[in-house]
Amino acid sequence: MVSTLGGFVLFLALGVTIYAAAASVIGARPGREDWLASSRNAILVHFCLVTLAIFLLEYALITSDFSLRYVANTSTRGSLTRYKIAGLWGSLEGSILLWEWLQALMGALVVARYHDKHRQLMPYVQAVLQGISVFFLLLMAFAVNPFARIFPIPPDGRGLNPLLEVTDMLVHPLLLYSGYVGFSVPFAFGLAALITGRPSEEWLTITRRWTVVAWMFLTCGIFYGGWWSYRTLGWGGYWAWDPVENASFMPWLTGTAFIHSVMIQQRKRMLRIWNLVLVTLTFSLVIFGTFLTRSGILGSVHAFADGPVGVMFLAFLSVVLLFSFGLVAYRADQLKGHGELDSIVSRESAFLLNNVILVGICFTVFLGTIFPLLSEAVRGTKISVGTPYFNRVAGPLGMALLLLMGVGPLIAWGRASLNNLRRNFLKPSLLAVAGTIALYFLGVHEEAVLAAFLFAFFVIATVSFEFVVSTRTRARSTGERLLEAFFALLLRSRRRYGGLIVHLGVVIAIIGIAVSSIYKVEREATLKPGETLSIGHYTVRFDSLAAGERPTHILVWANLMGLKDGKPIGELTPGSRFYPNQQTPFASVDARYHWKEDLYVILSAFERDGSSATIKVMINPMISWIWIGGGVIVLGVLVAVLPERRLALLSVRARAQEA
Amino acid sequence: MSRPKMKYLVGGAIVIAALAGLVYSGVKESAVYFYTPSELNQQKGTVAGKSLRIGGMVMDGTVKWDPQNLLLTFQLTDGQGAVLVRHKGAAPDLFKEGAGAVVEGTWSPDGYFRSSTIMAKHSEEYKPPVHPETLESKKEMFKSILKK
Repeated sequence: MVSTLGGFVLFLALGVTIYAAAASVIGARPGREDWLASSRNAILVHFCLVTLAIFLLEYALITSDFSLRYVANTSTRGSLTRYKIAGLWGSLEGSILLWEWLQALMGALVVARYHDKHRQLMPYVQAVLQGISVFFLLLMAFAVNPFARIFPIPPDGRGLNPLLEVTDMLVHPLLLYSGYVGFSVPFAFGLAALITGRPSEEWLTITRRWTVVAWMFLTCGIFYGGWWSYRTLGWGGYWAWDPVENASFMPWLTGTAFIHSVMIQQRKRMLRIWNLVLVTLTFSLVIFGTFLTRSGILGSVHAFADGPVGVMFLAFLSVVLLFSFGLVAYRADQLKGHGELDSIVSRESAFLLNNVILVGICFTVFLGTIFPLLSEAVRGTKISVGTPYFNRVAGPLGMALLLLMGVGPLIAWGRASLNNLRRNFLKPSLLAVAGTIALYFLGVHEEAVLAAFLFAFFVIATVSFEFVVSTRTRARSTGERLLEAFFALLLRSRRRYGGLIVHLGVVIAIIGIAVSSIYKVEREATLKPGETLSIGHYTVRFDSLAAGERPTHILVWANLMGLKDGKPIGELTPGSRFYPNQQTPFASVDARYHWKEDLYVILSAFERDGSSATIKVMINPMISWIWIGGGVIVLGVLVAVLPERRLALLSVRARAQEA
Repeated sequence: MSRPKMKYLVGGAIVIAALAGLVYSGVKESAVYFYTPSELNQQKGTVAGKSLRIGGMVMDGTVKWDPQNLLLTFQLTDGQGAVLVRHKGAAPDLFKEGAGAVVEGTWSPDGYFRSSTIMAKHSEEYKPPVHPETLESKKEMFKSILKK
């Protein structure tokens, strides 16, 4: 029943979407507003239909309708309802449906917001967005139907991989997909600008907020993924340069480059082609990443795209690239910029360099990810490059970016005078050098960490000086109180100060990454009850082994006492979860999280009679700075994009508090 | 050629050269060669010291775990050949006999593969279990330490 209905709804949606795209194009002609209105209605109907499909699949998941193959794969009777709901994005078919729903939502939001504006651009924006939806609907109609039946109907489903039965599963994929899908809006506007022959700055101005918000979701998704991995997977890390992770990182890099280069184009009318290329690349990398991780091409180095999904993604990718770059070539004469780079020592040149480095990192990550394929094609040997490659390549480039983060926002446009440089950078540089020397005498001797801190201090100092000096100047000239002046400043140039806050967040995260990766320590030992394992200031004493019944699994855990400098700091109970129908256990990590350092313990093996347990203990210094940095980044983006009213309210409140 | 164009060209060349250098040294430092157990057996003489990744199945009945010395040993096979693997540390979660695993490390001249990392493989596809394991059977496994 659900299967037939669901399949029908998706086919109907496909038809409506194709119509919407065609009607938009017809409605582009002057005087054909009726067609445009009709296409807008079709877009809204499309959104309603896909929403209905989502409800149908969720209904099947929640009611454990195992006649659907997808439900049998990702759901089980015993699961909590929230994990049954999360089954929607627990496997390929459902996640494609979710993606298409978000895509349909974007289409509807764009129509709702701009239906009476941008008469020339909108028809093609709609056509492009609906075109993307057509691809996902085709994918579901012919390759990955979430409503496919299974026969015989199994008595119970297999359920989600237990690693996914955690609250994070309810958040992380949604964030990531929202980010991915969000970038389709600037992409659609960019293409529409090319098609209509208006490739000036208009499309950038319209899509600025969309881009920044999409970037924020993608950033959140990546950070959240790392946090999740760290707390639950039990290997003590958060990022492994795995193809799946790289697939999300590459569009983030080009998206970040895009956000910056947009500012140069708006200010100097330069880099028109570059921006179109960047937005196309960002969107293409999202598709490419999905192809890479869904086709099995890297998992098994031999088989090229088993199953039709990989081929279809590859075909779509080719269409996107050919169409966009074909249009760029076709409009090349209109794309000539007017501006010129006046001097190497200028803000536009700093931004340009930032772009080159971001795209450079993206390219090297791309190379490293597909290296096994390349080496097999070129030399016939399977060679892969692991974490050392990525760290070695991305490390220095990341440092260069960090330095630019301090320079870019404060250096003058056009040609920076010696006076401008001295005023903005002399004191921060001196402070940064002094701070780094201080660290050296405090015992920090690793070059990479010292370099990271040198640049980080520099960025923090430049940003703080900017905030302090501007606030003070404003307070003096207007007679406002300091806090009042501060909020007024934020309000007046939210874009600028939001951006600076984002930079601070990135710096905080980079400090966390550098320190935790260089100074982490770990020890592993098999302990009998009463024995201890010492690491740094900490000692862990193994008291006993216990097991208990949980709703969905059996939990075996070790009762440990954590001691710091001999003083008890609390119990730690790392464990192993044993699920029915899963032959291997799943880790249950325990840790004491602290802003200075995390004490992280894993039960890696044990004797069933409780006579001994193998415990792995790690100290991860300052790793929580990464997550704090992520939070500050989100805060910065919110300052930059929130409507003025909200911030005005905040500043009124601050004033009230001061009074 | 006009001066600004020249500027871009020189800048671009420097950037590309720097990138190429980074990539080259990165690859040189961290290239890991992928072999199957039988390929490794054929080339034992030539691979000493190289970083290798060996992929295969964990052979049934070969896994031994020595908790006091934290030493895990097992045979990895591709159906034709087998390689003895010694790993310092406990097995990762998804590691089990009869399942796929990829180990990373180096070939020791003493006749075994010294593994530094084990990557166990997990299949996403639905397969009904051969011997259904219930919560009860798992409880039975841990009855000596189970809390009432």
